[in-house]
Amino acid sequence: MNKVVAGADEAIKDISDGAVLMLGGFGLCGIPENSIAALVKKKVNNLTCISNNAGVDDFGIGLMLKEKQVKKMISSYVGENAEFERQLLSGELQVELIPQGTLATRCMAAGYGMPAFFTPAGVGTEVAEGKEIRLFNEKEYLLEMAFDADFAIVKAWKGDTDGNLVYKETARNFNPLMAMAGKITIAEVEELVPAGELDPDAIHTPGIYVHRIFQGSNYEKRIEQRTVRKKN
Amino acid sequence: MSLTKEQIAQRIARELKDGYYVNLGIGIPTLVANYIPAGMNVVLQSENGLLGMGPFPFEGEEDPDLINAGKQTITTVPGSVFFDSAMSFGMIRAGKVNLTVLGAMEVSENGDIANWKIPGKMVKGMGGAMDLVASARNIIVAMMHTNPKGESKLLPACTLPLTGVRCVKKIVSDLAVLDVTPGGFKLLERAPGVSVEEIKAKTAGKLIVEGDIPEIGF
Repeated sequence: MNKVVAGADEAIKDISDGAVLMLGGFGLCGIPENSIAALVKKKVNNLTCISNNAGVDDFGIGLMLKEKQVKKMISSYVGENAEFERQLLSGELQVELIPQGTLATRCMAAGYGMPAFFTPAGVGTEVAEGKEIRLFNEKEYLLEMAFDADFAIVKAWKGDTDGNLVYKETARNFNPLMAMAGKITIAEVEELVPAGELDPDAIHTPGIYVHRIFQGSNYEKRIEQRTVRKKN
Repeated sequence: MSLTKEQIAQRIARELKDGYYVNLGIGIPTLVANYIPAGMNVVLQSENGLLGMGPFPFEGEEDPDLINAGKQTITTVPGSVFFDSAMSFGMIRAGKVNLTVLGAMEVSENGDIANWKIPGKMVKGMGGAMDLVASARNIIVAMMHTNPKGESKLLPACTLPLTGVRCVKKIVSDLAVLDVTPGGFKLLERAPGVSVEEIKAKTAGKLIVEGDIPEIGF
């Protein structure tokens, strides 16, 4: 069992046109920067991308949108990306907007081997259109399905050669859920260590879910909204 | 005088109680954090995966891995905890969050809310708002009473795509504090110097006015 690959190019080498991808991150926090750069370089097209956000115009998934590599986005919030909004309103890009908790739980369900679940999010709204509604304790719930993705691409803080992953702070977000949900899961990490060096009690994603892992480089970790206070 | 955004946040902060877990949305709701009474223990939930949100970092101490749901750099406080997005919405769905404060483009007299989409014009997405309004026990909306054209945003029925139905409990606008009741918007307080007549004129949905309506004191 060798999960360690040399870098992003090797990790994504079999992602081809038309693939369904999950990409971890919230905003630009905890996104798989190296893998996104490799996907742009590979010029793979017609992708369906499941990701909470769509990056900004010149970073994150925005880089793939600019090259028109994305056929469809499945996201909860896309407000930071003007090019995205332009492609959406002009009809070039298909978009499915779904509630953030539903997005997270559809990933989780896939990783837990559960085909579907019920949630109240979206009852009475256009999100409910065409979906089965069931009453539990006199409250309405929507039936939502687990995602089915070819590849999940996640970013972790530390990982080991067995694929065990640890995330940092709010860069965790969707990453552990998507890591569980891909048919093939690719993890890029800031620091790759030999198996045995991570505390087994502190691991967030067990390596059984991870197929390929590599140590990334040159992380920009761009901040979207730099908010500070002055020292007194 | 209508309330400033800061005053709306200040008034909403009076609804906080010791021990509350609170989710604050983007915009005016975020400002509520500045008016938590001293000595009151309120834990702020940020739906991207944090309980115990602290203030903005000092200049030079920003951490790109530590942001809130508005993508702003923040800090932690003693007792903070990080978790993934499914657990974050799990605690919301399970009703563990005591109070949700969010903004709105429109609210109807039966408590429906619209805040995520203007067809053909603006498509930003619902983010976590649909999950929050579907499950929160107590929802307060911070909003402007009218749009820039002066048209009421408190309506008999929402015209924009809905975020959730029959869920808003209270509204603090720049003009008034109102409860959403089975009979319509019930006027509780008015902004200093704003008359009941002005509020009536700017509320398109059914407005209930009973007795003297006090001014909001600051």
